[in-house]
Order: sequence, then C-alpha cells, then structure tokens
Amino acid sequence: MSVGKRFPKVDGASKADGSGIYADDISLPRMLHAKILRSPHANARIRRIDPSPALQVPGVVATLIGAEMPEKYGVIPWTHDEQALATDHVRFVGDEVACVAALDERTAEEALKLIEVEYEVLPAILTPEDALAHPEIKVNERAKVGNITKQVQLEFGPVDEALASAATIARQTYFYAGSTHTPIEPHCAVARVDADGNLTVWSSTQIPHYLQRELSRVLGLPQAKVRVIQPLLGGAFGGKSDPFSLEFCVAKLALKTGRPVKILFTREEVFYAHRGRHPMKMDVTVALDREGRISAVDNKILIDGGAYASFGLVTAYYAGQLLTGPYRFGTYRFDSKRMYTNKPPCGPKRGHGSVQPRFAFEVALDEAAEKLGIDPIEVRRRNFIGEFVETVNGQKITSNGFLKCLELVEEASGWRTRHGKLGPGRGLGVAGSMYITGTAYPVYPNEMPQSGVLVKLDRSGRVAIFSGASDIGQGVNTLLCQIAAEELGCDPRDVTIVAADTDLTPVDLGAYSSRVTFMVGLAAREACLKLAEKLRVAGGANFTEACQRAEAIEGAPLAAAGGYRTQKLGGDYRGGTIGASPAYSFTAHVAEVEVDEETGIWKVSKIWAAHDCGKALNPTLVEGQIEGSVYMGAAEAQMEEMVYDQRGLLFGPSLLDYRIPTSLDTPDLESFIVESNDPGGPYGAKEAGEGPLHPAIPAIANALHDACGIRIRELPFYPQRILKLLRERRDKERAA
Amino acid sequence: MMTLPAVEVLRPGSVAEAVELLRDKPGARVLAGGTDIVPNLKYGMYETQHLVALRGLSKELRYVREEDDFVKLGALCSIDQLSREASMLPALADACAQIAGPQLRRMGTLGGNLCLDTRCVYINQTYFWRSALGFCLKKDGTLCHVVKGGKRCVAAASNDTAPVLLALGASVRLVSPRGERILPLRDFYLQDGVHNTVLQSDELLVEVRVPVRARSLKQAFGKLRMRAAIDFPALNLAVALEVAQGAVKSVALCVSAIAARPALIRGLEDLAGRPADARVAEELARRAQKQCKPLTNIGVDPEWRREVLPVLVRRTVSRALQD
Repeated sequence: MSVGKRFPKVDGASKADGSGIYADDISLPRMLHAKILRSPHANARIRRIDPSPALQVPGVVATLIGAEMPEKYGVIPWTHDEQALATDHVRFVGDEVACVAALDERTAEEALKLIEVEYEVLPAILTPEDALAHPEIKVNERAKVGNITKQVQLEFGPVDEALASAATIARQTYFYAGSTHTPIEPHCAVARVDADGNLTVWSSTQIPHYLQRELSRVLGLPQAKVRVIQPLLGGAFGGKSDPFSLEFCVAKLALKTGRPVKILFTREEVFYAHRGRHPMKMDVTVALDREGRISAVDNKILIDGGAYASFGLVTAYYAGQLLTGPYRFGTYRFDSKRMYTNKPPCGPKRGHGSVQPRFAFEVALDEAAEKLGIDPIEVRRRNFIGEFVETVNGQKITSNGFLKCLELVEEASGWRTRHGKLGPGRGLGVAGSMYITGTAYPVYPNEMPQSGVLVKLDRSGRVAIFSGASDIGQGVNTLLCQIAAEELGCDPRDVTIVAADTDLTPVDLGAYSSRVTFMVGLAAREACLKLAEKLRVAGGANFTEACQRAEAIEGAPLAAAGGYRTQKLGGDYRGGTIGASPAYSFTAHVAEVEVDEETGIWKVSKIWAAHDCGKALNPTLVEGQIEGSVYMGAAEAQMEEMVYDQRGLLFGPSLLDYRIPTSLDTPDLESFIVESNDPGGPYGAKEAGEGPLHPAIPAIANALHDACGIRIRELPFYPQRILKLLRERRDKERAA
Repeated sequence: MMTLPAVEVLRPGSVAEAVELLRDKPGARVLAGGTDIVPNLKYGMYETQHLVALRGLSKELRYVREEDDFVKLGALCSIDQLSREASMLPALADACAQIAGPQLRRMGTLGGNLCLDTRCVYINQTYFWRSALGFCLKKDGTLCHVVKGGKRCVAAASNDTAPVLLALGASVRLVSPRGERILPLRDFYLQDGVHNTVLQSDELLVEVRVPVRARSLKQAFGKLRMRAAIDFPALNLAVALEVAQGAVKSVALCVSAIAARPALIRGLEDLAGRPADARVAEELARRAQKQCKPLTNIGVDPEWRREVLPVLVRRTVSRALQD
C-alpha cells in the first residue's frame, strides 16, 4: 500500500533537471514584458501623473495607471484596501504607481524613468507606536479608528484574580522583528486574452481561486471569463497568498493591448511585495501556581502591519487565539492591535501570527518555572492539556501527541544528564507549540466545500486527478498520487495530476493555514473510495482490467468527486471561529547552542525536533517540512530582519544585505515523527508544514540562557545583543 | 529580473590589445570574473558603454610561479585556484577560501578582488533604491549618508586578499599602452571611496608579486562576517610576523573593511625584540583598535565591530604564532 510510505515527489525530477515549467518559463508569441514604477516616498499624495512620455520610447507598447483599474481589493473581503496601482495615495517606499509594457524588459525599465509623477510628500508613520500617537496622519483610509487595522480584546476567566494569587509571575516585554519569506522564485505572472475575450493568468500564487475572484472584481469581468493557472512554484511560505499588483497589471495590459504580457519581479520587488512576519511588541505575563501550573497568561500585543491589511484581520486574532495549547491555561487574556504603518505590508509567513507570541510565551514560561525551581521539560509536561479537550478559549483539541514529542527530544538530546551541565558557553533549551490544521471557516463565507477533487479512471489504467490545490513544494500532488494508489490499487506513478487550474479543476481555497493535506486529502480519499467500490464490484486480474470491466458496467467514463465540507467549530463569541481548526498539530524542540562570550557570536549546534502530524502520509515529505521549518525558525533567531531607515526605506532589499543562513550556518537537525492518528484527518493525518517552526526560536533563546545565564527577549539574537546582555550579567554579578 | 544596461563586450586576445582598447574606449571597464561588475552594472553604478573582457588573456595571466625571489601570481588566477594553490602563503590561501561561496570563487579572480570597487550600504543598491535615498557622494549625488556633512566618500575596501598581500609586502605590476610599472601594494590604494586605487583608466593590473621571504613569515588572516559564507567582511585583517628565537623581528598588521583604504597599522617598529607571545598579540590588538574607526558604511553595527576588532586581532595573531 502507498500511504505512509516514503515516495519521491512527483515533480522532484523536473525541478532538479530544470525541465519543470515555472511561470517565468512561459513565453507566448508576441508577448510583452512589463515593469512597474514604484513610489520613492513612504507616504505621499499623487498630485499628477502622466505616463505619456514613456509611450514615446521606441518599443513601448502601452502604459497603465491606477485610474484605469481603481477598484480596491484584498485577500480578506472585509478589508479591501489595496489598489493594483495607486490612484492618489502611495503608502510605502516601493508602492506601485504605474506600469509600462514593452517589447523587452530593459525598454520597459528605461521608459519608467520618463513617467511624470508629482508627489506631495507627507510625514511617514514608521512604527506602530507612532501610528498610535498620530491618528491624524492616516496611513490607510480604510482604518476606522486612527491607524488601527484591527484590535481584538478577549478574556477567558478571571485573569486578574489568578494573577493576584499566583505563586510566581514572569512579566517582561518582548520584541519580534519582522522577516520575509525569500522564496527562490520571485513572483511572476503572465496573462493572455483569447479571441473570445477569455482571460488566462498564469501566476506563481498559492491562492488561484481567490485570485480569480479578485481579478474578476477589479477588472469587471465575469468570473467565468477569468482563468487562473498556477504552474510549478519555486517556494512561497505564505508570501504568495495575496493577490498582487503584477497579476492585475499583466491582465489589464493584456486586455488593453491584445497581446500576452509578463511581469517577473526582481528580488528587490519581492521584498516590497513582502507579506512577511509581522514585527510584534508583546508585554507578556505568565503566572504559575505553587505546583507550577499555568494559572494566568496575559498578553498585550502591538503589531506592526505595514501599509495594507493583507490577512491582518486574521493576524490580530491568531496572535492571541493560537497560544492556548499544548498547555492548559487557567485563565487567559489578550489585547492585540494591528497598526497600519508606511512600510511594505506584512502578512502570513509560515506560522502566521502565532510564531511571535509563542516565542515570548515559551521564554516567559521557562523563566517562571526557573523561579519555582522546576525543570523546563517538567513544567511543560505538568501543564499538558491532554487529548480531546477544549482549550480555555473554546477550541476543540482532538488527538494530541505532545507528551510523546517532549519525551523524544528529552531522550535524544540527553536532556537529563546535559541540561544545566554543559559548562560555560554551551547550553540546551526546550520549547513546545501547537498549530492549526486548516481553519474551519473559509475566507469568504459560503456553504460550498472548501476543497474538491475529481478522479477519472481510464481504460488504459491511467488515473487522472483534478485538484484545485496548490502544490507549493509541500508535496500535495505527490500525496494525491499516493492516496489514489492506496484506495484504487494502482501504481502511484500511473497517476496524472491536473492541479490548480480554475477552468479545469474543482475549487480549493488555497495553500494557507496548513489546510491542504487535511482537507484535500479527505476530498481525494472520498472520491477514490467511490471508484474503489466500483472496481471491487467489477473484479478483474489487475487494475487495468478492473477499470475496463467497471467502465463496461457503468456504460460511461468512470469518474467520481469528493469534497471537504466545512465543519462548524469554535467558541461561541465574536471571533471564536478564528483559529478554530478541525485538528491541531503539536511540536517540541530541544536546541543546543554554543556562545563565544568574548564576541557574542553564537551558533546553534543542533536542534532535535519532534512533531505530531497525526499520521505521516509520506515520512520523507514530513521530515522535509520539519527540517525546512526548523531552518526557517532558527534563521529568524539568528539573523533575519527587515530594517528600515528614517525615510521608510528598506535597508538592502537583496539577498546579500538581507541575510538568510547558508548551509554552513544551518544547525544539525534531527527530526522525529509522532503519529497520534487523528480521528478526523485523512488516514489520521494533521499538518506538518508550519507547526514545526514555532518552538525553534524560544528553544534557542532558552538554550542561550542555559549556556550563559542571559535572557534575550528581542529578535534577531544578534551577537551585539548577546554581548550586551553578557556585559549586563557580569555587571550585575559584580554588584552582587 | 534586473536588466543589464546595454554594453558592448570587447574581447582582446592579449594584454597589449586589452590596454589599447581601454585607452581607445573612454569609460570602458574591465570584465574578469564579473562577480563584482555585473551586479554593479545592474545597479546602474557605472555609465560604461564598453566592457573589456579578459577571458582571452587567461593563458597569459593565470599562473602561480616562483622566480627572481618572488612568488608571482597572475591576475586572472581564480580565487578558488589560489585557495588551493597558494599554500606557500597560507594566509592568502585562507583568505581566498573565505571569499563568497564556491561558485563565486570559481568565477572571481585575484586581479578582480584587488580592484574590487569599494562598498557601502548606500551605494550597492538598485537605481530605484538610490533614487529614493536621494543618491550619495559616490555616484549621482552630493550627500554622504555615513558621515553627516562628509565631503569624501567612505565606502569601504571589502576585498579579502588586499590585507593579506599588504601585510606580506606584495607589489603589483600594472600595464598600460605607455608601458608598465611595478608598485608596492601599499601605494596602490587611496583613501577615496569613489575610486580607491591609483589605477589609471587605461591600466591593467596583470600580476601580483610577493617576496619569497614572505613564505617564512608567521601569518594569518581573520574575517568577521555575519554568516559563514557569501558575505563581505564586517572586518578583515592579516598579520605577518618575522620571528627568530622566540622574538619578534618585524610585524605587519593590516585591517580592512573599515574605510576606502585597507589600513596598515602604523608604528609597530618598537615591537621588534619583544617575545612572540600572547602579550604581543594583546598589544597589536590594542593598537589596531586605536587606529581603526568602524563606520555605518557596512551594514553591521559599528559599535560591535569596534568592540570585536581587538579580539579578532588577538586571535588572528595568536593563530599566526601557533602555526
């Protein structure tokens, strides 16, 4: 059988040998290349814009300005606050202003310089604190109050009472710096309009369906005339789950010129498109009772959102709602505010909204446990929330393998004999986490399935699966082959996948919130099971013969559909459904670090990561997701940060200045798969793509404490910050 | 994708032909490995119409040999090649091994590294980015964003081979249509970030000469960077000591990635005669820190670089003395 087995990715070979077709590999006859003019100001009114001089350049075919498609859009229907090209207001350095299509990229780029734009430069809001202090300076007109995108205040149980009776309290301020996804493939889109006026957009997107909806709305075309196709994708991590300017620009220019149009972002433009990790300032209080049980958690979160909402409404919820496992909270309160600022918009980066509070909380928990003299692993074990329970904020946890995760990393790291005993400059730290497996509610309210899969059998013995899901490298297309093989008894290599094409495939809402394996997996299984029954009845010596007999009985081609229907989940209060998931994944990490106390330079020597994914449908893919997540988390702890100057100019929008770790900077990783067999998931599976990132950062911070007695509360853990904390520690020791 | 401005690539077959082309095509620039000039061209840092590509000179300028009391290194030796073949000068081999990453080391050349344009967080950026900044002293502007009110560009020498070759007392052979000259490397660099060498527009650096005696010097290279590869130095330095009977006879210490000119630390003559031990390492560290002022030209906290500088010097000197 196929599910649960190691099986190479179906698109692996084509990615390795270069034959795979990515968006930028698409080249159509008479295709034009377009470039986007961007604002050099962080906040300005557009007084006048005249693109006509650009049209004089030989080779330029068309120009485009915001007034030609002023309709506002956004991935969340309640926060449409973006325009493909600004009509009157630019909100960050890099905001899109105009576009030129030409015979080649260089001509388009040169022509951009001729577009005349008169700006009235306004004061820029560059921090969430400034955004609060200056409600009169509007970053984004959509904000009803001041510059607040969204504020969420929720309290579960009497927090103040619990604080008053706590045995110990850890209360500190934490800062999580913003970082970005850095997919290898820059965003790229190609558009074509056929003779009947049907628009096709090929785009490196994680959300073909939402993109189709937004293209239709902004361009004023019926949805049935808009087709979105997602080709092979070179990494996304949440950075391609919004509709982006380039997609509207190529579409509009194709409509305008009647010729295919392509835009490929430069690396710099990918940084401006951003939608990365939100910077968050968090005032966290964790209270423990005498037995070390978490009696209260209070978190005040100030979120730096950038110029547009993106998924920001959800971010403000996730920052609070996703913290309530794997530990039982006696009481819980959070107040999160996402602010508009004049910087590239933040959005969902792997572990959307919850990586930052998880860091702060897991460090605070360590600190509180230390005060009570409880071992860091013990305190986590003691507070384990259990299986099939409800969290303090009304989320229903089903399977929960967190204890097993803890046990595995405790054992593998030699925690009992090594924690606290590695000597100066070396240490171990632990952290745990929980994450959603999809969200119960779609981005726009509807009663239709979140995910659909069609399976067709052919008398040749070939299976074709039509799936709306986006394979963004996580391997869903491979899983579909395995599920078909499992249920139908075919060879997984005899399965053709037609994916993420809004004309040909049923709707799937997109590759976000770690929903795909769970929801698409269930839909595919349902479709396959229907066909398997027909094959069983038909009989036959082998799969091909069974298909032929079944088709003869059917008297029609053999096909079946399956869907994932949205469940009603979540707490009975406003916002209680946000963060409500059909299943939660759990992770534990132990990190080992080495610190050079003279320079502050440190490294993660090893991370042991155990993840409860319910059931590993393909252990190789799950391990890949764990390793990739741990790498990305460790990277944020080590070096990644979006830094801006006083003009709002992003320092070094390149992969040289925005450093991500090389293979030499990457710790040794050892991953462990824990299978808790979730009753709701396909074959018991839950998510594996985002959860395993969370504990990396606090485990490293806690290891730094074990190594040299410092508590670092600000990311990234730059050596200069470590050195400063070491100095403060020595000064304190001397004073004592 | 970032586009490359339209340039004509000229392909001479000899040094003589190359320098004539440089003379005949005003503004022409040299293309060796291309690892520096290609991104800089995409960033619009040069107005060049012509590139003089040196691939045809590979046979002529790619050698490591000893003659006339010199180790002679052809300017087109690749960085990767020197990391393996320059083992007689271990500090140089070590510096080469720490440049960029494997692919770039295979493309990049010794001559290219010595002539690497100075770097600054405010200049090695796209034209759009620099326009949003309001440009700077080095190109297209009048302001310095590193030194407020500064009139001289402080973009930093960021080549890793330069401090080593300076500490080892190397010279360079420069050829132009007017003939050739041999210049001590210490006279090659200028304290001007806009153009930090004395190289004339029609001149080509063709060879590096290191005195054979450098082979017997105690030497080491040290580099501070924020990640373990593909990173320009936040600081780099090289030390070369002549040691006899446990005592220092002479010492040269060069620190770079600070300003336009790699700094040979001054006034070290009085260290002659001191025991070659940890204390001399401390003393060198102290003096280097005094003479070097890290700025914000490199995107790494200058305060921290200043603090770490003596540690890096001390450790590098100690390493040199151990070997």
